[in-house]
Amino acid sequence: MIKVENLTKRYAGQAAIQDLNFEVGKGEIMGFLGPNGAGKSTTMRILSSFMPPTSGRASIAGFDIFEQSLQARAHLGYMPENVPLYNDMRVTEYLNYRAALKGVPSRRVAERVGDVKELCGLKEVERKIIGALSKGYRQRVGLADALVHEPDLLILDEPTSGLDPNQIRQVRDLIKNLGKQHTILLSTHILPEVEMTCSRVIIINRGRIEACDTPENLLGQIRTAGGVVVEAKIGNDDGAEELKKIAGVRDVTASTDGDWQVFALRVEANTDVREEVYRLASERHWTLRELSQRRATLEDVFVEITHPDQV
Amino acid sequence: MRKFYTLLSREVRSYFYSPIAYVVLLFFLFISGADFYFQLSYMNGKPVPYSVEEAFFNSVFFWFAFVLIFPLITMRLFAEEFKLGTIEPLMTAPVRDWQVVLAKFFGALVFYLILWLPTLIYFWVFQSVTHQPAAGSRGAYFGAYLMLLLLGMFYLSIGCLASALTKNQIVAAVISFCVITLHFFSGLISFMMSEVSSSTRQLLGYFSAIEQMGTLSRGEIDTRPMVLYVTMTIVMLTLTYHAFQSRKWRL
Repeated sequence: MIKVENLTKRYAGQAAIQDLNFEVGKGEIMGFLGPNGAGKSTTMRILSSFMPPTSGRASIAGFDIFEQSLQARAHLGYMPENVPLYNDMRVTEYLNYRAALKGVPSRRVAERVGDVKELCGLKEVERKIIGALSKGYRQRVGLADALVHEPDLLILDEPTSGLDPNQIRQVRDLIKNLGKQHTILLSTHILPEVEMTCSRVIIINRGRIEACDTPENLLGQIRTAGGVVVEAKIGNDDGAEELKKIAGVRDVTASTDGDWQVFALRVEANTDVREEVYRLASERHWTLRELSQRRATLEDVFVEITHPDQV
Repeated sequence: MRKFYTLLSREVRSYFYSPIAYVVLLFFLFISGADFYFQLSYMNGKPVPYSVEEAFFNSVFFWFAFVLIFPLITMRLFAEEFKLGTIEPLMTAPVRDWQVVLAKFFGALVFYLILWLPTLIYFWVFQSVTHQPAAGSRGAYFGAYLMLLLLGMFYLSIGCLASALTKNQIVAAVISFCVITLHFFSGLISFMMSEVSSSTRQLLGYFSAIEQMGTLSRGEIDTRPMVLYVTMTIVMLTLTYHAFQSRKWRL
Protein backbone atom coordinates (compact mmCIF):
# COMPACT_ATOMS: atom_id res chain seq x y z
CA MET A 1 0.00 0.00 0.00
CA ILE A 2 2.86 2.34 0.83
CA LYS A 3 6.26 1.84 -0.71
CA VAL A 4 9.12 4.13 0.22
CA GLU A 5 12.52 4.00 -1.45
CA ASN A 6 15.58 6.01 -0.40
CA LEU A 7 13.43 8.91 0.69
CA THR A 8 15.48 11.93 1.73
CA LYS A 9 14.43 15.42 2.69
CA ARG A 10 16.82 18.25 3.43
CA TYR A 11 15.96 21.62 4.88
CA ALA A 12 18.64 24.20 4.11
CA GLY A 13 21.26 21.47 3.80
CA GLN A 14 20.22 19.69 7.01
CA ALA A 15 18.74 16.26 6.48
CA ALA A 16 15.37 15.84 8.20
CA ILE A 17 15.10 12.29 6.92
CA GLN A 18 17.76 10.22 5.21
CA ASP A 19 17.38 7.23 2.92
CA LEU A 20 14.17 5.89 4.37
CA ASN A 21 13.11 2.53 3.00
CA PHE A 22 10.00 0.74 4.12
CA GLU A 23 6.80 -0.84 2.94
CA VAL A 24 3.39 -1.02 4.49
CA GLY A 25 1.21 -3.85 3.30
CA LYS A 26 -2.55 -3.84 2.84
CA GLY A 27 -4.42 -4.11 6.12
CA GLU A 28 -1.46 -3.35 8.34
CA ILE A 29 -1.49 -0.85 11.16
CA MET A 30 1.98 0.58 11.12
CA GLY A 31 3.19 2.61 14.06
CA PHE A 32 5.68 5.35 13.43
CA LEU A 33 7.70 6.05 16.55
CA GLY A 34 10.40 8.53 17.31
CA PRO A 35 11.35 11.44 19.53
CA ASN A 36 10.30 14.96 18.60
CA GLY A 37 12.12 16.16 15.51
CA ALA A 38 13.01 12.66 14.37
CA GLY A 39 11.34 13.17 11.00
CA LYS A 40 7.94 11.56 11.55
CA SER A 41 5.86 14.51 10.39
CA THR A 42 8.23 15.22 7.51
CA THR A 43 7.81 11.66 6.23
CA MET A 44 4.04 11.85 6.56
CA ARG A 45 3.88 15.20 4.83
CA ILE A 46 5.88 13.81 1.94
CA LEU A 47 3.68 10.74 1.70
CA SER A 48 0.58 12.92 1.64
CA SER A 49 2.06 14.96 -1.26
CA PHE A 50 2.13 18.10 0.86
CA MET A 51 5.81 18.60 0.21
CA PRO A 52 8.18 17.00 -2.24
CA PRO A 53 11.16 14.91 -1.12
CA THR A 54 14.69 16.07 -1.92
CA SER A 55 15.39 12.67 -3.42
CA GLY A 56 13.99 9.16 -3.45
CA ARG A 57 10.60 7.83 -4.40
CA ALA A 58 7.40 6.82 -2.71
CA SER A 59 4.13 5.42 -3.93
CA ILE A 60 0.68 4.98 -2.48
CA ALA A 61 -1.59 2.23 -3.79
CA GLY A 62 0.73 1.95 -6.76
CA PHE A 63 0.61 5.67 -7.63
CA ASP A 64 3.81 7.67 -7.46
CA ILE A 65 3.27 10.51 -4.98
CA PHE A 66 5.04 12.97 -7.23
CA GLU A 67 4.07 12.01 -10.75
CA GLN A 68 0.55 10.75 -10.02
CA SER A 69 -0.04 12.91 -7.01
CA LEU A 70 -3.75 13.42 -7.61
CA GLN A 71 -4.53 9.69 -7.80
CA ALA A 72 -2.29 9.01 -4.81
CA ARG A 73 -4.08 11.70 -2.80
CA ALA A 74 -7.48 10.29 -3.79
CA HIS A 75 -6.52 6.99 -2.10
CA LEU A 76 -5.35 8.66 1.04
CA GLY A 77 -6.97 10.05 4.17
CA TYR A 78 -4.54 12.30 5.94
CA MET A 79 -4.89 13.87 9.36
CA PRO A 80 -2.15 16.44 9.97
CA GLU A 81 -0.59 17.10 13.34
CA ASN A 82 -2.63 19.55 15.47
CA VAL A 83 -5.56 19.14 13.04
CA PRO A 84 -5.84 22.50 11.29
CA LEU A 85 -9.51 23.21 10.50
CA TYR A 86 -11.55 26.16 9.26
CA ASN A 87 -12.70 27.57 12.57
CA ASP A 88 -15.61 29.48 11.10
CA MET A 89 -17.42 26.52 9.55
CA ARG A 90 -19.91 24.18 11.18
CA VAL A 91 -19.02 20.51 11.59
CA THR A 92 -21.48 19.08 9.06
CA GLU A 93 -20.83 21.90 6.63
CA TYR A 94 -17.08 21.29 6.83
CA LEU A 95 -17.44 17.56 6.28
CA ASN A 96 -19.78 18.12 3.34
CA TYR A 97 -17.24 20.48 1.83
CA ARG A 98 -14.38 18.04 2.36
CA ALA A 99 -16.39 15.15 0.93
CA ALA A 100 -17.17 17.10 -2.24
CA LEU A 101 -13.56 18.22 -2.51
CA LYS A 102 -12.35 14.66 -2.26
CA GLY A 103 -14.66 13.55 -5.03
CA VAL A 104 -17.40 11.73 -3.12
CA PRO A 105 -20.33 11.62 -5.60
CA SER A 106 -22.99 14.25 -4.75
CA ARG A 107 -25.71 11.69 -4.06
CA ARG A 108 -23.47 9.89 -1.56
CA VAL A 109 -22.18 12.92 0.34
CA ALA A 110 -24.99 13.02 2.89
CA GLU A 111 -24.72 9.28 3.52
CA ARG A 112 -20.92 9.31 3.91
CA VAL A 113 -20.91 12.39 6.13
CA GLY A 114 -23.63 10.80 8.27
CA ASP A 115 -21.58 7.61 8.55
CA VAL A 116 -18.36 9.29 9.63
CA LYS A 117 -20.19 11.51 12.11
CA GLU A 118 -21.67 8.38 13.62
CA LEU A 119 -18.35 6.56 13.62
CA CYS A 120 -16.40 9.41 15.18
CA GLY A 121 -19.07 10.37 17.70
CA LEU A 122 -19.76 13.79 16.23
CA LYS A 123 -23.55 13.60 16.21
CA GLU A 124 -23.99 15.82 19.26
CA VAL A 125 -21.79 18.61 17.90
CA GLU A 126 -22.74 18.41 14.21
CA ARG A 127 -24.27 21.88 14.18
CA LYS A 128 -21.54 23.56 16.21
CA ILE A 129 -18.95 25.94 14.85
CA ILE A 130 -15.60 24.20 14.69
CA GLY A 131 -13.82 27.08 16.43
CA ALA A 132 -15.95 26.42 19.53
CA LEU A 133 -15.09 22.71 19.78
CA SER A 134 -12.79 21.18 22.39
CA LYS A 135 -9.49 19.65 21.37
CA GLY A 136 -10.95 16.14 21.52
CA TYR A 137 -13.79 16.98 19.18
CA ARG A 138 -11.47 18.80 16.78
CA GLN A 139 -9.38 15.66 16.64
CA ARG A 140 -12.48 13.65 15.80
CA VAL A 141 -13.49 16.10 13.09
CA GLY A 142 -10.01 15.66 11.62
CA LEU A 143 -10.41 11.90 11.73
CA ALA A 144 -13.90 12.07 10.19
CA ASP A 145 -12.44 14.24 7.43
CA ALA A 146 -9.69 11.71 6.79
CA LEU A 147 -12.30 8.93 6.52
CA VAL A 148 -15.06 10.62 4.59
CA HIS A 149 -14.01 9.49 1.10
CA GLU A 150 -13.42 5.87 2.18
CA PRO A 151 -9.68 5.90 1.50
CA ASP A 152 -7.68 2.69 1.35
CA LEU A 153 -4.97 4.24 3.43
CA LEU A 154 -5.05 6.46 6.50
CA ILE A 155 -2.08 8.53 7.56
CA LEU A 156 -2.58 9.93 11.03
CA ASP A 157 -0.01 12.27 12.51
CA GLU A 158 -0.24 12.06 16.30
CA PRO A 159 -3.95 11.28 16.42
CA THR A 160 -4.03 11.25 20.22
CA SER A 161 -1.82 14.19 21.11
CA GLY A 162 -3.44 16.59 23.53
CA LEU A 163 -6.30 14.28 24.47
CA ASP A 164 -7.25 13.15 27.96
CA PRO A 165 -6.93 9.46 28.89
CA ASN A 166 -10.58 8.67 28.15
CA GLN A 167 -10.42 10.30 24.77
CA ILE A 168 -7.16 8.52 24.03
CA ARG A 169 -8.86 5.23 24.76
CA GLN A 170 -11.79 6.11 22.49
CA VAL A 171 -9.52 7.15 19.63
CA ARG A 172 -7.40 4.04 20.10
CA ASP A 173 -10.46 1.78 19.91
CA LEU A 174 -11.61 3.66 16.86
CA ILE A 175 -8.25 3.18 15.15
CA LYS A 176 -8.26 -0.49 16.02
CA ASN A 177 -11.68 -0.85 14.42
CA LEU A 178 -10.63 1.11 11.37
CA GLY A 179 -7.68 -1.21 10.98
CA LYS A 180 -10.08 -3.95 9.96
CA GLN A 181 -10.86 -2.18 6.68
CA HIS A 182 -8.07 0.33 6.19
CA THR A 183 -4.32 0.34 6.04
CA ILE A 184 -3.09 2.77 8.66
CA LEU A 185 0.17 4.58 9.22
CA LEU A 186 0.12 6.46 12.49
CA SER A 187 2.74 8.38 14.37
CA THR A 188 2.79 8.86 18.07
CA HIS A 189 5.05 9.06 21.04
CA ILE A 190 2.61 7.37 23.36
CA LEU A 191 4.10 3.91 23.48
CA PRO A 192 1.43 1.75 25.10
CA GLU A 193 -0.81 2.90 22.28
CA VAL A 194 1.50 1.38 19.70
CA GLU A 195 1.81 -1.88 21.60
CA MET A 196 -1.94 -2.14 21.75
CA THR A 197 -2.88 -1.11 18.23
CA CYS A 198 -0.06 -1.65 15.78
CA SER A 199 0.86 -4.75 13.90
CA ARG A 200 4.27 -3.35 13.02
CA VAL A 201 6.44 -0.56 14.31
CA ILE A 202 9.05 1.66 12.72
CA ILE A 203 11.36 3.46 15.11
CA ILE A 204 12.91 6.50 13.56
CA ASN A 205 15.60 8.65 15.12
CA ARG A 206 17.46 11.63 13.67
CA GLY A 207 15.97 10.98 10.25
CA ARG A 208 16.97 7.33 10.02
CA ILE A 209 15.05 4.11 10.56
CA GLU A 210 16.55 2.40 13.58
CA ALA A 211 14.20 -0.54 13.76
CA CYS A 212 11.25 -1.96 11.89
CA ASP A 213 9.48 -5.03 13.21
CA THR A 214 6.47 -6.34 15.11
CA PRO A 215 6.22 -5.06 18.69
CA GLU A 216 6.84 -8.61 20.01
CA ASN A 217 10.03 -9.07 18.03
CA LEU A 218 11.30 -5.65 19.04
CA LEU A 219 10.80 -6.58 22.68
CA GLY A 220 12.74 -9.78 22.14
CA GLN A 221 15.64 -7.95 20.58
CA ILE A 222 16.59 -5.57 23.27
CA ARG A 223 19.37 -6.27 25.69
CA THR A 224 17.47 -5.64 28.91
CA ALA A 225 14.19 -7.40 28.59
CA GLY A 226 12.44 -6.14 31.67
CA GLY A 227 13.45 -7.39 35.09
CA VAL A 228 12.40 -9.09 38.28
CA VAL A 229 11.38 -7.49 41.55
CA VAL A 230 12.12 -9.36 44.78
CA GLU A 231 10.99 -8.25 48.24
CA ALA A 232 12.24 -10.33 51.12
CA LYS A 233 13.40 -10.41 54.77
CA ILE A 234 16.90 -11.78 54.48
CA GLY A 235 18.44 -11.49 57.94
CA ASN A 236 22.16 -10.76 57.77
CA ASP A 237 22.79 -12.14 54.27
CA ASP A 238 24.16 -9.93 51.51
CA GLY A 239 21.13 -10.37 49.28
CA ALA A 240 22.46 -8.41 46.33
CA GLU A 241 25.63 -10.51 46.12
CA GLU A 242 23.70 -13.78 46.34
CA LEU A 243 21.19 -12.74 43.69
CA LYS A 244 23.91 -11.63 41.32
CA LYS A 245 25.28 -15.17 41.28
CA ILE A 246 22.14 -16.46 39.59
CA ALA A 247 22.76 -17.09 35.88
CA GLY A 248 21.02 -14.53 33.68
CA VAL A 249 21.02 -11.69 36.20
CA ARG A 250 22.86 -8.69 34.84
CA ASP A 251 22.79 -6.49 37.88
CA VAL A 252 20.91 -5.83 41.08
CA THR A 253 19.87 -2.64 42.80
CA ALA A 254 18.88 -2.89 46.44
CA SER A 255 16.73 -0.62 48.59
CA THR A 256 14.75 -1.03 51.80
CA ASP A 257 11.10 -0.70 52.68
CA GLY A 258 10.94 -0.84 56.49
CA ASP A 259 12.20 -4.31 57.52
CA TRP A 260 11.96 -5.50 53.97
CA GLN A 261 14.71 -5.51 51.39
CA VAL A 262 13.67 -4.66 47.85
CA PHE A 263 15.82 -5.86 44.96
CA ALA A 264 15.35 -4.86 41.37
CA LEU A 265 17.02 -7.38 39.07
CA ARG A 266 17.84 -6.66 35.50
CA VAL A 267 17.95 -9.84 33.52
CA GLU A 268 19.00 -10.94 30.10
CA ALA A 269 16.53 -11.23 27.28
CA ASN A 270 14.22 -14.26 27.21
CA THR A 271 15.26 -15.59 30.57
CA ASP A 272 13.08 -16.21 33.58
CA VAL A 273 15.07 -16.26 36.82
CA ARG A 274 12.13 -16.40 39.22
CA GLU A 275 12.45 -20.11 39.87
CA GLU A 276 16.12 -19.68 40.77
CA VAL A 277 15.32 -16.78 43.05
CA TYR A 278 12.69 -18.84 44.84
CA ARG A 279 15.13 -21.74 45.29
CA LEU A 280 17.74 -19.36 46.71
CA ALA A 281 15.21 -17.86 49.10
CA SER A 282 14.07 -21.21 50.43
CA GLU A 283 17.65 -22.43 50.89
CA ARG A 284 18.52 -19.33 52.88
CA HIS A 285 15.17 -19.21 54.70
CA TRP A 286 14.34 -15.76 53.44
CA THR A 287 10.75 -14.64 53.86
CA LEU A 288 9.47 -13.72 50.43
CA ARG A 289 6.76 -11.07 50.09
CA GLU A 290 6.99 -10.37 46.38
CA LEU A 291 8.54 -12.12 43.44
CA SER A 292 7.37 -10.69 40.18
CA GLN A 293 8.54 -10.19 36.66
CA ARG A 294 8.27 -6.83 34.99
CA ARG A 295 7.79 -7.26 31.29
CA ALA A 296 9.81 -5.08 28.99
CA THR A 297 7.72 -2.50 27.22
CA LEU A 298 8.18 -0.69 23.99
CA GLU A 299 9.31 2.17 26.17
CA ASP A 300 12.44 0.19 26.97
CA VAL A 301 12.96 -0.51 23.30
CA PHE A 302 12.40 3.10 22.43
CA VAL A 303 14.77 4.42 25.09
CA GLU A 304 17.42 1.87 24.21
CA ILE A 305 17.26 2.70 20.50
CA THR A 306 16.94 6.44 20.71
CA HIS A 307 19.21 7.08 23.71
CA PRO A 308 21.62 4.15 23.87
CA ASP A 309 23.81 5.96 26.42
CA GLN A 310 21.09 6.05 29.06
CA VAL A 311 20.52 2.31 29.24
CA MET B 1 -15.13 21.38 -12.44
CA ARG B 2 -17.06 20.20 -9.41
CA LYS B 3 -13.98 20.60 -7.24
CA PHE B 4 -13.48 24.13 -8.53
CA TYR B 5 -17.09 24.93 -7.78
CA THR B 6 -16.79 23.41 -4.29
CA LEU B 7 -13.71 25.53 -3.58
CA LEU B 8 -15.32 28.63 -5.06
CA SER B 9 -18.47 28.31 -3.00
CA ARG B 10 -16.43 27.92 0.18
CA GLU B 11 -14.40 30.99 -0.69
CA VAL B 12 -17.47 33.12 -1.26
CA ARG B 13 -19.19 31.85 1.86
CA SER B 14 -16.06 32.31 3.95
CA TYR B 15 -16.33 36.08 3.40
CA PHE B 16 -19.65 36.07 5.13
CA TYR B 17 -18.41 33.93 8.03
CA SER B 18 -15.96 36.60 9.05
CA PRO B 19 -16.76 40.11 10.27
CA ILE B 20 -14.47 41.54 7.57
CA ALA B 21 -17.18 41.14 4.94
CA TYR B 22 -19.70 43.15 6.91
CA VAL B 23 -17.20 45.84 7.86
CA VAL B 24 -16.11 46.23 4.24
CA LEU B 25 -19.70 46.21 2.99
CA LEU B 26 -20.71 48.85 5.51
CA PHE B 27 -17.67 51.02 4.89
CA PHE B 28 -18.19 50.81 1.18
CA LEU B 29 -21.89 51.51 1.36
CA PHE B 30 -21.20 54.56 3.52
CA ILE B 31 -18.50 56.01 1.25
CA SER B 32 -20.36 55.34 -1.98
CA GLY B 33 -23.58 56.72 -0.48
CA ALA B 34 -21.75 59.85 0.68
CA ASP B 35 -20.15 60.14 -2.75
CA PHE B 36 -23.51 59.99 -4.48
CA TYR B 37 -25.07 62.45 -2.05
CA PHE B 38 -22.30 65.04 -2.30
CA GLN B 39 -22.06 64.81 -6.07
CA LEU B 40 -25.80 65.38 -6.34
CA SER B 41 -25.80 68.31 -3.93
CA TYR B 42 -22.94 69.91 -5.82
CA MET B 43 -24.63 69.51 -9.17
CA ASN B 44 -28.05 70.60 -7.93
CA GLY B 45 -29.26 73.71 -9.75
CA LYS B 46 -26.05 74.22 -11.68
CA PRO B 47 -25.36 73.54 -15.32
CA VAL B 48 -22.56 70.94 -15.46
CA PRO B 49 -20.97 69.30 -18.49
CA TYR B 50 -21.20 65.76 -17.10
CA SER B 51 -23.86 63.34 -15.90
CA VAL B 52 -24.60 62.11 -12.36
CA GLU B 53 -23.19 58.73 -13.25
CA GLU B 54 -19.93 60.24 -14.51
CA ALA B 55 -19.63 62.40 -11.42
CA PHE B 56 -20.16 59.37 -9.18
CA PHE B 57 -17.46 57.25 -10.77
CA ASN B 58 -14.86 59.98 -11.14
CA SER B 59 -14.83 61.62 -7.73
CA VAL B 60 -12.12 61.57 -5.07
CA PHE B 61 -14.51 59.76 -2.74
CA PHE B 62 -14.94 56.95 -5.20
CA TRP B 63 -11.24 56.43 -5.79
CA PHE B 64 -10.45 56.67 -2.09
CA ALA B 65 -12.85 53.84 -1.26
CA PHE B 66 -11.82 51.96 -4.35
CA VAL B 67 -8.11 51.49 -3.62
CA LEU B 68 -8.82 50.65 0.04
CA ILE B 69 -11.14 47.71 -0.49
CA PHE B 70 -8.75 45.45 -2.39
CA PRO B 71 -6.26 44.81 0.39
CA LEU B 72 -9.19 44.15 2.73
CA ILE B 73 -10.80 41.67 0.38
CA THR B 74 -7.66 39.77 -0.60
CA MET B 75 -5.30 39.84 2.39
CA ARG B 76 -6.62 36.68 4.00
CA LEU B 77 -6.97 34.54 0.88
CA PHE B 78 -3.73 32.56 1.12
CA ALA B 79 -2.08 34.14 4.17
CA GLU B 80 -4.76 32.84 6.51
CA GLU B 81 -4.48 29.30 5.16
CA PHE B 82 -0.72 29.39 5.67
CA LYS B 83 -1.08 30.80 9.16
CA LEU B 84 -3.77 28.40 10.38
CA GLY B 85 -2.14 25.44 8.65
CA THR B 86 -5.40 24.65 6.82
CA ILE B 87 -3.32 24.67 3.66
CA GLU B 88 -2.23 21.17 4.71
CA PRO B 89 -5.62 19.45 4.58
CA LEU B 90 -6.48 21.56 1.54
CA MET B 91 -3.46 20.59 -0.55
CA THR B 92 -3.45 16.95 0.54
CA ALA B 93 -6.95 16.62 -0.88
CA PRO B 94 -6.97 15.66 -4.56
CA VAL B 95 -7.12 19.23 -5.91
CA ARG B 96 -4.74 20.99 -8.25
CA ASP B 97 -2.88 24.15 -7.34
CA TRP B 98 -4.43 26.15 -10.15
CA GLN B 99 -7.91 25.15 -9.03
CA VAL B 100 -7.18 26.63 -5.62
CA VAL B 101 -5.66 29.82 -7.05
CA LEU B 102 -8.55 30.39 -9.47
CA ALA B 103 -11.17 29.57 -6.84
CA LYS B 104 -9.67 32.13 -4.49
CA PHE B 105 -9.46 34.76 -7.21
CA PHE B 106 -13.00 34.24 -8.44
CA GLY B 107 -14.28 34.02 -4.88
CA ALA B 108 -12.81 37.46 -4.24
CA LEU B 109 -14.25 38.69 -7.54
CA VAL B 110 -17.74 37.51 -6.62
CA PHE B 111 -17.55 39.29 -3.28
CA TYR B 112 -16.24 42.41 -5.02
CA LEU B 113 -19.16 42.38 -7.43
CA ILE B 114 -21.57 41.97 -4.54
CA LEU B 115 -20.11 45.18 -3.09
CA TRP B 116 -21.16 47.07 -6.21
CA LEU B 117 -24.72 45.80 -6.36
CA PRO B 118 -26.19 48.49 -4.09
CA THR B 119 -24.80 51.26 -6.31
CA LEU B 120 -27.19 50.18 -9.05
CA ILE B 121 -30.00 51.16 -6.71
CA TYR B 122 -28.65 54.71 -6.44
CA PHE B 123 -29.11 55.30 -10.15
CA TRP B 124 -32.47 53.61 -10.20
CA VAL B 125 -33.71 55.73 -7.27
CA PHE B 126 -32.36 58.90 -8.88
CA GLN B 127 -34.11 58.15 -12.13
CA SER B 128 -37.43 57.23 -10.55
CA VAL B 129 -37.42 60.28 -8.23
CA THR B 130 -36.24 62.96 -10.66
CA HIS B 131 -37.42 61.44 -13.92
CA GLN B 132 -34.05 62.52 -15.28
CA PRO B 133 -31.55 60.05 -16.73
CA ALA B 134 -28.54 59.58 -14.41
CA ALA B 135 -26.23 58.89 -17.29
CA GLY B 136 -25.81 60.19 -20.81
CA SER B 137 -26.62 56.80 -22.29
CA ARG B 138 -27.03 53.14 -21.46
CA GLY B 139 -23.54 52.58 -22.75
CA ALA B 140 -22.21 54.86 -20.02
CA TYR B 141 -23.48 52.46 -17.34
CA PHE B 142 -22.05 49.58 -19.24
CA GLY B 143 -18.70 51.32 -19.66
CA ALA B 144 -18.43 52.32 -16.01
CA TYR B 145 -19.28 48.88 -14.67
CA LEU B 146 -17.05 47.25 -17.26
CA MET B 147 -14.19 49.41 -16.01
CA LEU B 148 -15.01 48.42 -12.43
CA LEU B 149 -14.83 44.79 -13.44
CA LEU B 150 -11.58 45.15 -15.39
CA LEU B 151 -9.72 47.22 -12.83
CA GLY B 152 -11.21 45.10 -10.05
CA MET B 153 -9.85 41.94 -11.65
CA PHE B 154 -6.40 43.45 -11.97
CA TYR B 155 -6.27 44.80 -8.41
CA LEU B 156 -7.70 41.59 -6.95
CA SER B 157 -5.04 39.56 -8.76
CA ILE B 158 -2.38 41.84 -7.22
CA GLY B 159 -3.97 41.16 -3.84
CA CYS B 160 -3.92 37.40 -4.51
CA LEU B 161 -0.22 37.53 -5.29
CA ALA B 162 0.56 39.56 -2.17
CA SER B 163 -1.40 37.12 -0.02
CA ALA B 164 0.34 34.10 -1.54
CA LEU B 165 3.73 35.57 -0.65
CA THR B 166 3.30 35.66 3.11
CA LYS B 167 1.52 34.09 6.02
CA ASN B 168 0.96 37.45 7.64
CA GLN B 169 -2.28 39.11 6.56
CA ILE B 170 -1.07 42.59 7.51
CA VAL B 171 2.03 42.19 5.36
CA ALA B 172 -0.15 40.99 2.49
CA ALA B 173 -2.46 43.99 2.90
CA VAL B 174 0.45 46.46 2.98
CA ILE B 175 2.09 44.96 -0.13
CA SER B 176 -1.09 44.99 -2.17
CA PHE B 177 -2.04 48.46 -0.92
CA CYS B 178 1.37 49.86 -1.95
CA VAL B 179 1.33 48.28 -5.40
CA ILE B 180 -2.26 49.28 -6.10
CA THR B 181 -1.72 52.85 -4.90
CA LEU B 182 1.45 53.09 -6.96
CA HIS B 183 -0.36 51.99 -10.08
CA PHE B 184 -3.22 54.29 -9.33
CA PHE B 185 -1.01 57.34 -8.73
CA SER B 186 1.06 56.69 -11.83
CA GLY B 187 -2.06 57.82 -13.63
CA LEU B 188 -1.96 61.09 -11.75
CA ILE B 189 1.59 61.96 -12.76
CA SER B 190 0.43 63.62 -15.95
CA PHE B 191 -1.75 65.93 -13.85
CA MET B 192 0.89 66.65 -11.25
CA MET B 193 3.90 67.30 -13.42
CA SER B 194 3.48 70.12 -15.87
CA GLU B 195 6.99 69.94 -17.30
CA VAL B 196 6.73 66.38 -18.69
CA SER B 197 6.63 66.17 -22.46
CA SER B 198 3.36 65.50 -24.17
CA SER B 199 4.49 62.10 -25.45
CA THR B 200 5.37 60.94 -21.90
CA ARG B 201 2.06 62.26 -20.76
CA GLN B 202 0.29 60.37 -23.49
CA LEU B 203 2.13 57.18 -22.64
CA LEU B 204 1.24 57.42 -18.96
CA GLY B 205 -2.30 58.20 -19.99
CA TYR B 206 -2.63 54.74 -21.48
CA PHE B 207 -2.05 53.25 -18.03
CA SER B 208 -4.04 55.80 -16.09
CA ALA B 209 -7.05 54.22 -14.43
CA ILE B 210 -8.51 57.68 -13.87
CA GLU B 211 -8.42 58.61 -17.54
CA GLN B 212 -9.76 55.20 -18.57
CA MET B 213 -12.63 55.53 -16.14
CA GLY B 214 -13.33 58.99 -17.51
CA THR B 215 -13.55 57.59 -21.03
CA LEU B 216 -15.55 54.48 -20.27
CA SER B 217 -18.05 56.15 -17.92
CA ARG B 218 -18.88 58.57 -20.74
CA GLY B 219 -19.94 55.53 -22.70
CA GLU B 220 -16.96 55.34 -25.00
CA ILE B 221 -16.11 51.66 -24.93
CA ASP B 222 -12.37 51.57 -25.45
CA THR B 223 -10.87 48.12 -26.01
CA ARG B 224 -7.34 49.10 -24.95
CA PRO B 225 -7.98 48.99 -21.19
CA MET B 226 -9.79 45.68 -21.69
CA VAL B 227 -6.74 44.12 -23.27
CA LEU B 228 -4.42 45.75 -20.74
CA TYR B 229 -6.26 44.61 -17.62
CA VAL B 230 -7.22 41.15 -18.80
CA THR B 231 -3.58 40.53 -19.76
CA MET B 232 -2.26 41.96 -16.51
CA THR B 233 -4.72 39.86 -14.51
CA ILE B 234 -3.53 36.72 -16.27
CA VAL B 235 0.09 37.69 -15.60
CA MET B 236 -0.61 38.33 -11.91
CA LEU B 237 -2.53 35.07 -11.51
CA THR B 238 0.30 33.16 -13.16
CA LEU B 239 2.72 34.76 -10.72
CA THR B 240 0.34 33.88 -7.88
CA TYR B 241 0.26 30.29 -9.05
CA HIS B 242 4.05 30.13 -8.99
CA ALA B 243 4.28 31.89 -5.64
CA PHE B 244 1.73 29.42 -4.27
CA GLN B 245 3.70 26.47 -5.62
CA SER B 246 6.93 27.82 -4.18
CA ARG B 247 5.66 26.92 -0.69
CA LYS B 248 6.66 23.34 -1.45
CA TRP B 249 10.27 24.33 -1.86
CA ARG B 250 10.38 26.87 0.93
CA LEU B 251 8.95 24.63 3.62
